[in-house]
Amino acid sequence: MKTSVRLVVNGRQVTVETEPDRPLLEVLREDLGLTGTKYGCGEGSCGACTVLVDDRSTHACLTPVADVAGKSVLTIEGLGADGRLHPVQEAFLAARAHQCGYCTPGMIMEIAGWLRRGERPRPEEIPARLEGHLCRCGSHYRILEAARRVLASQPVRQP
Amino acid sequence: MKTNATPLSPTGQHSAEGLTRRRFVQVLGAGLLVSVTGPALAQNRRRSSRGGGGPIAARIHLGADGRITVLTGKIEAGQGARAEITQAAAEELRVAPEAIDLIMGDTRLTPDDGITAGSRTTPSTLPAVRRGAAAAREVLVEMAAREWGVDPPAIEVADGRLKHAASGRSVTYAELAGRPSLAKAFQRPVGDGVTLTPVKSWRVMGQNFPRPNARALVTGEHRFPFDQVRPGMLYGKVLRPPAYRARLVSVDLAPARAIEGVVVVWDGDFVGVAAPTTHQARKALAAIEATARWEILPHPSSRELFEHLRTTARGGVPSNPFAGEFAQAAQSLERTYHVPYVQHAPMEPRAALAEWSDDGLTVWMGTQNPFGCQRELRRVFDLPADRVRVVVPDFGGGFGGKHTAEAAIEAARLAQAAGRPVIRQWTREEEFTWAYFRPAAVIDVAGALDAQGRLTHWHFVSINPGGAGLATPYRAPQRHERAVASQDPPLRQGSYRALGATANNFARECFMDELAALAGMDPLAFRLANLEEPRLRAVLIEAARRFGWEEKARRREPGVGVGLACGTEKGSFVAACVEIETDPSLRQLRVRRVCEVFECGAVVNPDNLRAQIQGAIIMGLGPVLREAMRFAGGRMGNASFERYRVPRFSDLPELDIHVLDRRDLPSVGGGETPIIAVAPAVANAVYHAVGRRIHALPVSAA
Repeated sequence: MKTSVRLVVNGRQVTVETEPDRPLLEVLREDLGLTGTKYGCGEGSCGACTVLVDDRSTHACLTPVADVAGKSVLTIEGLGADGRLHPVQEAFLAARAHQCGYCTPGMIMEIAGWLRRGERPRPEEIPARLEGHLCRCGSHYRILEAARRVLASQPVRQP
Repeated sequence: MKTNATPLSPTGQHSAEGLTRRRFVQVLGAGLLVSVTGPALAQNRRRSSRGGGGPIAARIHLGADGRITVLTGKIEAGQGARAEITQAAAEELRVAPEAIDLIMGDTRLTPDDGITAGSRTTPSTLPAVRRGAAAAREVLVEMAAREWGVDPPAIEVADGRLKHAASGRSVTYAELAGRPSLAKAFQRPVGDGVTLTPVKSWRVMGQNFPRPNARALVTGEHRFPFDQVRPGMLYGKVLRPPAYRARLVSVDLAPARAIEGVVVVWDGDFVGVAAPTTHQARKALAAIEATARWEILPHPSSRELFEHLRTTARGGVPSNPFAGEFAQAAQSLERTYHVPYVQHAPMEPRAALAEWSDDGLTVWMGTQNPFGCQRELRRVFDLPADRVRVVVPDFGGGFGGKHTAEAAIEAARLAQAAGRPVIRQWTREEEFTWAYFRPAAVIDVAGALDAQGRLTHWHFVSINPGGAGLATPYRAPQRHERAVASQDPPLRQGSYRALGATANNFARECFMDELAALAGMDPLAFRLANLEEPRLRAVLIEAARRFGWEEKARRREPGVGVGLACGTEKGSFVAACVEIETDPSLRQLRVRRVCEVFECGAVVNPDNLRAQIQGAIIMGLGPVLREAMRFAGGRMGNASFERYRVPRFSDLPELDIHVLDRRDLPSVGGGETPIIAVAPAVANAVYHAVGRRIHALPVSAA
């Protein structure tokens, strides 16, 4: 049975008519055309579908859309502003931190979440913080380099 | 919110929304000098051969706006072909790579450059593209020379501008693009007589050049195959048997058909659904699954895998023909090695969007083999070549795993029945269960040594993984090497990064360490004493030097060990030294450090090559540490990332990668060979650490 779910996506209020148990991932991709968020496993064990829900890193594949009613969802498409890249996107580009690029949006959203929450993991803590994100091309070293660069360059924002 | 990608963006990316033939012709008409239409392009393509012998126009188009479009049947899955082919064209056209738009993997538009596999892009496609680009440049020079009444050699070309210094005349490619005679001139075949730029004069090749569409990857704008959209499209799912070798006995489709908007297809073995959302398709499929009755036939389990492969070896397992000589040898040894099935597990599962129209069937899909998939689709749907078009947007990883058209065939069947476009993406579980696997292997090795520790006889029988890497690079006067197929491999098997060279090098390089011990020699010294190939010696010596092998190999520290391995495949050479730490049970095995030295001739793009080596090393850690498909009763036991643990951030060793750039040698591919030394080097380090010889992968199964 369909119902109306109101949520904020990338700063815009949207209302979707949908079954409430549909995964947020599929609503983003199929109803809202936001295909930057990827399906990788459907069970929260690869990180490819990572989005921010009220700034918390969230597996969109496991999250029923009804759970985010009234909340704010940020996807890779909403990260930059006015045609400019977000610093994490800039850092990934500079470090060439991608091969196929399929895991890239999830990785970027994870790290962007740290910045938005004012977290600054130390360089040696970063691998453990990214443990839930899989990359099969082996861009791990460059992803770490991108994360370290952007963490070093971003002042801690007071919440 | 941007949901529509540009039809033909500046990086040559196309999206399903935009790239109909009509649209492409519009783009051509607007921007390209050689004003050929889609069908004419297809004719050009058909006349083109893999060697690049077709007309220049099949490969290169000049735009009056200065943009240059280059066409290739190769695909981009992260391995860097888009960057390197762009560099190759730019080099010979004497332009900046940024001036080039590369269209890849489209059976209607691009030449058939063969499957993107086997490390063939660098040694085959780059020269083909370079010949096309150089021929185009020569035509342009001749045209200017004729107009100016000067000798062609007196004309210099740089940055897309032709100059005659003596007369001070100059003209740009963009200006020449307007000349009516150029279209005809570009119909000239690319001959063999074209001169390519020698390595010492390279300006674009040999340099770092990043992937042209990298920005679209970090913004999420790039449309992977599963991100493609067509108006009115449905989402498809397919009924899978609960086990291998299961037969559908009965099924009731009525409950699924009762769901609004759902299309159900039943055709022989094929049962599938298409629905307006994935969620509805999933519900419809669940309704069908609930009614399906299956007959499940016996299927060998992964526990009996190796015995099964041996007993099903085609023609039996060849025995050692040197048995008499072995009895006389100073020393000899026999061992058997086991390698299980592993899965590529690219981050993007197989995906395809199929649409039937007046043009026939168009499929947007992730495949390394666009023309092969076109042939598969033609066969299944009984269509001529010009009625099937396969378009390959840059996709999410291949590693040899995406050569076949399953998802496209499924999508096309559903689309045909639904009368609407259908997109189909495999779930991760399907990917781990129904995609083809890297073949498992049983390998018998025997070697005999003389009193000086030199190999005299070599017997190597490799059951099931194939012939890649079968031949030993070591000197062995008497050799008997055979690759034997299994008549009944229990799982679907196919290509993988370096394919059989992974298993064959694992067996050979582990065995070489055992022989070294038998000869009382250090593993490095033993190899060098039996190795003549200078390029392989060079990488091995360099890896050992950088790693500090001699000192580390002498050191004894409980639970810490070092190992090395080397090998050659696809004309390139690799050696790796690793340091590991482990507990005696090998459950806590960790690779601390990998030093790998690689050589693949003249390097085309150093940064991309490093990325490939990094990727191959990390990917290579999986099958030695943990990866193995487990199945019993026809059911896959670990068809998920939770239970099939691919390498993660916590597995990363310290890396020292060094490339020997041999600018005096032809460039060959570098995406595969760097993987082959990883597993045996780690296995050999285990012996050094805890004194246990490894004869099977993964090490944790020992």
